[in-house]
Amino acid sequence: MTETIQQITPAQFVALFNRIGEAIEAEKGWLSDLDGVIGDGDHGVTMAIGWTAVREALAGIGADKSFTDICNTAAKAFLNAVGASAGPLYATAFMRGGAALKGRETLDAATMVAFIEAAAQGIVDRGKAEPGDKTMVDAWMPAVAAAKAALADGKSLADCLQAAASGAESGMKATADMTAKKGRSSKLGERSLGHMDPGAASTFITLRTMAQGVAALTN
Amino acid sequence: MAKTKKLINDANNIITEMLDGVIGAHGDILRRLDSNPRSIVAVDGPRDGKVGILIGGGSGHEPAFLGYVGKGLADAAAVGNVFASPAPDPIIEATKAIDGGAGVVYLYGNYAGDVMNFDMAAEMCAMEDITVRTVLVTDDVASAPADKWKERRGVAGDFFVFKVAGAAADQMLDLDAVVAVAEKANRATYTMGVALGPCSLPHTLKPNFEIGEDEMEIGMGIHGEPGVARGKLQSADAVTDSLVDGILAEAKAGAGDEVALLVNGLGSTSLMELYVVHRRVKQRLDEAGIKIHRSFVGNYVTSLEMAGMSVTLMKLDADLKKHLDHPCRCAMFQVA
Repeated sequence: MTETIQQITPAQFVALFNRIGEAIEAEKGWLSDLDGVIGDGDHGVTMAIGWTAVREALAGIGADKSFTDICNTAAKAFLNAVGASAGPLYATAFMRGGAALKGRETLDAATMVAFIEAAAQGIVDRGKAEPGDKTMVDAWMPAVAAAKAALADGKSLADCLQAAASGAESGMKATADMTAKKGRSSKLGERSLGHMDPGAASTFITLRTMAQGVAALTN
Repeated sequence: MAKTKKLINDANNIITEMLDGVIGAHGDILRRLDSNPRSIVAVDGPRDGKVGILIGGGSGHEPAFLGYVGKGLADAAAVGNVFASPAPDPIIEATKAIDGGAGVVYLYGNYAGDVMNFDMAAEMCAMEDITVRTVLVTDDVASAPADKWKERRGVAGDFFVFKVAGAAADQMLDLDAVVAVAEKANRATYTMGVALGPCSLPHTLKPNFEIGEDEMEIGMGIHGEPGVARGKLQSADAVTDSLVDGILAEAKAGAGDEVALLVNGLGSTSLMELYVVHRRVKQRLDEAGIKIHRSFVGNYVTSLEMAGMSVTLMKLDADLKKHLDHPCRCAMFQVA
């Protein structure tokens, strides 16, 4: 039986980014539909534009580049391609996540969890949303908590990411029971009840794809 | 569901192709920066010692925002994707291009995405020793209660705030004074709107919300965000009355006051209907003894092909009146 690997290289990290881009592209209709109910209907389009720019920028990145370089390249590409809310939020997430990986040559379970935690904190700091405001923070926070718990249990890299994805999924589903307090949907008040937040949904897709991507890598 | 019909080539190129068209049509008034093709700057206007006026936001609101760039109004616009804030880069490049050493004022509608991108740009400009001040437009009465006015979104009232601030800067007022005029204009400006039908994004070609054939929605935002109350479509006079009631309750305008009036189409509502609405607004203001100093009727801040309209009042004092009447020459708006 083959085992999933315990650490990944910068080149595999780039491949993960590409895989996320493909997943967002495939799900963009669903994300825009979610946004159309409680927002302005562009979240899937915006995320797809951003991730396309990330994939294009990373296609030309040298094999000698560090995790931090990869993250900064992705941040700049995403930000300038989309603007919007997602641009500053994801750019900050990439930059903070990248800073947490400074000096690393490989990424193991502990550093991957640190990466996710730093990225999530970047989103919180930039967007100033609190848990319960019905935003992507409501997927990122349980994802971080679940990933940290898995790490503390001595779980593998793939299992830590799977825990993050499951945490994000629960968080995403819970946003349906929340009243929006941030962003455009906040103007809806209680009419946002019963609908999942599209930003939380794209967070779930992102983390699920990372988990699947690492699980697919075998020694 | 059937796709909506639009005249596009490739949704991914729609902003670039729109800007090609705008520059091709109005090259005497507007130019595109080499340093960033999403930065649109007035050919005539920015000059040494003048406070720069930078406006911007997502595309799909034309003539907002780039249509209000020109001598006497805004010096530059940063152009975003459809309904999405511009990124910091085009804002930063436009800021540098229009800085005459007297500082630059950012004016835009209050949306979370715009605030993040413009704030990031302002921070980076500060590192290059350009003083940037920001005034957020918050005119949409339906979007938050009066005691939370700072949370309100900016809609058609953008037009009045831009116009007045642009005139103040053109008359060489200093940075503090231009900011003060813009803030005063914003606090004097009140909008309420109604939507009758959705719009669709070029990328999705799907209506961005559902609404019954006999329904309307009060308080709709200019990105097609659902409003605050949905009901059966009523007559033009009844709808207008509910908007005017909401505005007058907030504006506290009464006999002897003077206002500027904007009846704004959201995209696909006919000018005929907008004038029917204007007729009723004027009747109501006449009854209240409120004088209309100047009226604007047409598509000023749109939401692609959304059906519906908004009514905006700006309560005037001598200062605001003077700036409103100040001449300007923009690609899509002129005051002689």
